[in-house]
Amino acid sequence: MSNLHHQPPASPFVPFSPIQPGIPTSTPPLSSQKTPQLGTSNLRFASSRKSIYDRHLNRTQRSELSKASFSFLFSEMIQYAQKQVSGIQDLEKKLNQQGYSIGQRLLELLLHREGRSAKREVRVLGILQFVAQTLYRHLFGKPADGLEKSRENEDEYMLIDHDPAVNSYISVPREMSQLNCAAFVAGIIEAVLDGSLFPSRVTAHSVPTDQFPMKTVFLIKFDESVLEREAILQQ
Amino acid sequence: MVILSILILNKAGGLIYQRDFNEGLKKLSSNDYLVLAGTFHGVHAITSRISPVPGSGGLEVLESDQFRMQCFQTLTGSIKFLIFAEPHQPNIDVICRRVYELYADYVMKNPFYQIEMPIRCESFDKHLAAYIKPKQ
Repeated sequence: MSNLHHQPPASPFVPFSPIQPGIPTSTPPLSSQKTPQLGTSNLRFASSRKSIYDRHLNRTQRSELSKASFSFLFSEMIQYAQKQVSGIQDLEKKLNQQGYSIGQRLLELLLHREGRSAKREVRVLGILQFVAQTLYRHLFGKPADGLEKSRENEDEYMLIDHDPAVNSYISVPREMSQLNCAAFVAGIIEAVLDGSLFPSRVTAHSVPTDQFPMKTVFLIKFDESVLEREAILQQ
Repeated sequence: MVILSILILNKAGGLIYQRDFNEGLKKLSSNDYLVLAGTFHGVHAITSRISPVPGSGGLEVLESDQFRMQCFQTLTGSIKFLIFAEPHQPNIDVICRRVYELYADYVMKNPFYQIEMPIRCESFDKHLAAYIKPKQ
């Protein structure tokens, strides 16, 4: 999912170095800056010389993805993460990071697609409705199954999914029973909340019931800044 | 349509799954099941070679008056599903295909399953039982 080669793009500016009298400093001319060639970048170009950036953003709005394709890719993502970390907490954190980069881009895309009627959410309930309805509908084709406010803590909310699609084919072995691979979806939700300026921590917990053995609860814990702002806006 | 038991063999002929659904077959020890699987794997290989019809697969059906055993081999040749049922049952291959489908879903898409290892997937057991039990 993430680009393995983390090379920062070459900057056109030379780092500032103190000027010493009598010694000429060299500044490479800007024209020697390498422009991205068609052959060297990872970007794919069709025969019409168009890349993915030239496509209309709404082109794939109605398209669907096969659950099997996603399940195989997701299975590989989990195995990849498992090789890099040891421990369930770290594995969930890695999945969360994988989802985080998706959520950041998804927020921008969904707000762009809303168009004129897009409203910037400033209230907690507003952004949670956006996540439970719009985001969930985009990801899974149906809204989330429930949204609850915790009675013990002011800053905790719970988003309920009776049968997360990402977990449908995964059976966690007994020694890792605390793991919930919906940590990936929790990462997506966390990025959407962070991007809308509601800093928070989102974790996924399995709460199997008789009726819904795969039921998952996403625990959303907001930062204090969010609560303070909400208190002010309440008045 | 009474299914007695299901065995799954991997590419090397080792037993990776065994489950009884009904009485009617003698209970063997786990070692005996491994021997049974290995023997069948060998017999299957031999029969595919000595067949008078060119290009045929190996042994598919073994029927006696007490039971009927059907073998379904996947296109990739790596997995064999052995279904033991009561004799004179039609439509065992429908069951074979459905078990293959469940295998492709709940075992292959499971990130915690290592290929060719014994199958320890809860969802596979659950869905298999839910599919087979109503048929008894």
